Amino acid sequence: MALLSVDELTVTFGARGRESKAVDGVSFDVDQGQVVGLVGESGCGKSVTSLALMGLLPDKGVKLGGRADFDGNNLLTMSRRELRDMRGSQMAMIFQDPLSSLNPVVPIGIQVTEILQRHRGLKGEAARKEAAHLLDRVGIPDPARRLKEYPHQLSGGMRQRALIAMAVACAPRLLIADEPTTALDVTIQAQILELLKELVDEEGTALLMITHDLGVVAGLCDQVNVLYAGKVVESADRHELFAHPMHPYAHGLLESIPRLDAPRGEPLKPIRGSINDRIAWAEGCAFAPRCDYYTMECLTGTPALTEPAAAGHQVRCVNPVREPVEIATLDAGDATVTAHGGKNA
Amino acid sequence: MTTSTKTAKIDRLAELTAQNETTSGASLWREAFRRLKTNKMAIIGAAIIAVFIVMAIVGPWLAPHSATALTWKSEVLVNQGKFVDSPRGGNWFGLDHLGRDTFSRFLIGARQTLLVGVVSMLIGLIVGAVIGAASGAAATLGGRLGQKIDTVIMRVVDMMLALPSLLLAVSIAAVMGQSLTTVMIAVGVVQIPIFARLLRGSMLAQGSKDYVLAAQSLGIRKRRIVVTNILPNSLSPVIVQATLSLATAIIEAAALSYLGLGNPDPAVPEWGVMLSQAQRFFEHAPMMAVYPAVGIIITALGFTLLGEAMREALDPKLRG
Repeated sequence: MALLSVDELTVTFGARGRESKAVDGVSFDVDQGQVVGLVGESGCGKSVTSLALMGLLPDKGVKLGGRADFDGNNLLTMSRRELRDMRGSQMAMIFQDPLSSLNPVVPIGIQVTEILQRHRGLKGEAARKEAAHLLDRVGIPDPARRLKEYPHQLSGGMRQRALIAMAVACAPRLLIADEPTTALDVTIQAQILELLKELVDEEGTALLMITHDLGVVAGLCDQVNVLYAGKVVESADRHELFAHPMHPYAHGLLESIPRLDAPRGEPLKPIRGSINDRIAWAEGCAFAPRCDYYTMECLTGTPALTEPAAAGHQVRCVNPVREPVEIATLDAGDATVTAHGGKNA
Repeated sequence: MTTSTKTAKIDRLAELTAQNETTSGASLWREAFRRLKTNKMAIIGAAIIAVFIVMAIVGPWLAPHSATALTWKSEVLVNQGKFVDSPRGGNWFGLDHLGRDTFSRFLIGARQTLLVGVVSMLIGLIVGAVIGAASGAAATLGGRLGQKIDTVIMRVVDMMLALPSLLLAVSIAAVMGQSLTTVMIAVGVVQIPIFARLLRGSMLAQGSKDYVLAAQSLGIRKRRIVVTNILPNSLSPVIVQATLSLATAIIEAAALSYLGLGNPDPAVPEWGVMLSQAQRFFEHAPMMAVYPAVGIIITALGFTLLGEAMREALDPKLRG
């Protein structure tokens, strides 16, 4: 059985009558030692999904539905106290902006030892030693000195490493990374992804990777879920998705990646419109207004997830795209795909 | 490249990196202080405050005359319509209406003025910060009870804010009788709601910061987050307000003295009292009012300059 099994998760914001569904029936599994990607553009419900799993959404004005079983226990119905004890020890999260995610007035060392004390009961010298060991583990040089420094004294990459050290301090079984490389420059991005990969390989941690960067997906994820307007529209393993994207949205995303070997002067191929040009899933396919392939069939109720081609490759589309993307002739993880950051190890 | 130049190069590199190391470990406050030192306005403000403090400490010994020694000749001169407030003989600032040396009273009065300013600011700061922290913590911890506590505290504070500050101070001074303690308490109470609102607002703003969410995501208890994350990050505007409040406190204390609610003891001169006494003779001896007034203005300016510079130094947007 999967470590984390999300089943028909819904998150609704707002009061009765003016509700909006940020996450609309998302299902996926994450196994031990597996890296699962949640991919989509801004506003598709990626971050809300991760916050819902961590129990970090505010109580007021938020309604949760569905199930999210972590090791057999439903995270959505857990008491606040139970969830709080799970956070940090069983599951942890890495955020987008490493500077604003660290307390600016407290040295790094105290922030790390705080977690060790909270979950592992380590105190004083023992906690300090363990903290130094953790910083060393995530590749921060001269950890004893860094422990005494404040967040603003570290570089961006160093801060993200420190945050990762805090997240893995108690060897959590699930790590959720919410766009951990967005605020970093390209070389640092590659190093951070490398580090995450190493942690997954060595500790067997499950990693839920939330990103809009297909380069990151190509370099890191085993299984990929493409989200659109709060629903999973395509789910496949990495190689399958990059080779045969079948949902027009995933297809368009891959096609829109600029290529270094494209002939000069060839225009980029964006997906037209924005995520606001959508219809409710209950009426039909939310992507239809932006889709090049849509027919009247698309506007008759929610399309179901089907497996039209390969087993395990699910698509929520009535006319899946059959032609491969040009880019897909390249192996996933190739330099062209990963041109912005997710270079494969 | 020969080996010797290579080792020399490496040694030099090691030396330079070692130098770098000694500068590390600078906290937010030390960093702010460093920025403060390069700010011209801060230096001017600090210099004014330093002069004021030195005057308050050693003034009574420096004063050439006693604060209470009277010479009747000045009274006579006033009645004859001649000015006594100009420098003459051994009296640099002239004499007041009772023939006391204004310069000596000015020097001795600095101590009283500083004392009133600092004590009343501290009353406002401590009581206000405690109320504000309680309210802010209650609001951040949430829950129905927390919200209720926060609302009740803030409505009481709003009521205090709704009264004009001088009116409130005058009422308190009137009820408690004329004394130095009264002035300090009256001016201090007026400052309480300002500090309370400021700290609460600052805590609420910090409560929605990313690092609070990050700490929560690591399972740290909310109560602990309030103490270790939210409160320390909320303090800088309060510190800035404290320096600015010191200026207001001195002016308000002077205003109370001017209205005749200050310390009645003639042996203890204070700038506000001196100003209030000068008003009766303003027509004949305007300079008698100018000396203490300029003293108050310059001191208040000093605290304001330093306060503004501190606000800038602590501004996270300007942080390097």
